[in-house]
Amino acid sequence: MAKQLPKEYYVKLEAIQAIDFVIYELVLYLDTHQDDAQAIQQYNYYAAYSNRLKTDFEACYGPLRFGMPVQEQPPWAWAEAPWPWQV
Amino acid sequence: MSQQQNPFRRYYLPFRGRFDPCPPLGPKVFVVPPNVLTGFQPPDYPQFPPLEALQKGTLWEPFFDYYESPYRK
Amino acid sequence: MWSYEKKLMYPVKVSTCNPTLAKYLMEQYGGADGELAAALRYLNQRYTIPDKVIGLLTDIGTEEFAHLEMIATMIYKLTKDATPDQLREAGLAEHYVSHDSALFYNNAAGVPFTASYIQAKGDPIADLYEDIAAEEKARATYQWIIDQSDDPDLNDGLRFLREREIIHAQRFKEAVMLISDDRDQKKVF
Ligand SMILES: [Fe+2]
Repeated sequence: MAKQLPKEYYVKLEAIQAIDFVIYELVLYLDTHQDDAQAIQQYNYYAAYSNRLKTDFEACYGPLRFGMPVQEQPPWAWAEAPWPWQV
Repeated sequence: MSQQQNPFRRYYLPFRGRFDPCPPLGPKVFVVPPNVLTGFQPPDYPQFPPLEALQKGTLWEPFFDYYESPYRK
Repeated sequence: MWSYEKKLMYPVKVSTCNPTLAKYLMEQYGGADGELAAALRYLNQRYTIPDKVIGLLTDIGTEEFAHLEMIATMIYKLTKDATPDQLREAGLAEHYVSHDSALFYNNAAGVPFTASYIQAKGDPIADLYEDIAAEEKARATYQWIIDQSDDPDLNDGLRFLREREIIHAQRFKEAVMLISDDRDQKKVF
């Protein structure tokens, strides 16, 4: 793989990992606390925030999420390296 | 945090026989993680901010337990 | 169904070229209390458990696959540039002659994964208690790997995974409380 990833890639990726982690923790909490309106509110806030961060990241570094719209021009970026264990 | 102050550590002293070949290790430590000491999680548990939550492995402050090897000096 | 997201759950880093650590990590890849066993156990049990905890089993089971990918990443990084000599010194010669540096579902001693590591009793309490025990065993395994490892970056990732076991055990305990509570028994049937 010829392309080197800039430092910014890792910073942006970690920001997404942090927000998605909060979402995961809230999901597990809500699975056993299904009537906590405040946690649902928090979940929605972070879900929208995660979507914004990922849309921004994908515009720079290619797709993160399966099945999202991609740029019209080939190549098919989803199948391109780097894969998560390679970075 | 030193192992002695960690609220999630317990100790026992194994019986020492007269013919034990090795020098004693001293008290044997084991972990009693926060989940064992907690019932149903109450509402409004304090939370870490997102980046810190990721680094610690939990969103919930009272459930965090940092592990360091008790044998590491 | 599941769909893939092209990122790790946590930024995995490894600082030293020490393939011996890869051998230890295999315990959490294809071992009895490893991440594969965890994912398969929870996702399989969810078909015979009360509705109100199916979501929890699904979500924790799914997270376990993200953990499996983190362990795979650690093993991959520790072995991808290792020569056959280095792998032999790391105690991985037996692994090498069968797999080269391919990952395989076996434990640290090279014993292949077996479905008998996991249980499905069809009894919700028995199954959830098994899940709580599995989480505590996985937590302990992470502790023993951290005890054997002096790689600070690797240990950082292992501490993350260990902490997750604490949260999972907590949620499974809550699941037991939820299904044991008879307050809304009347309105369900
Ligand atoms: Fe787990």
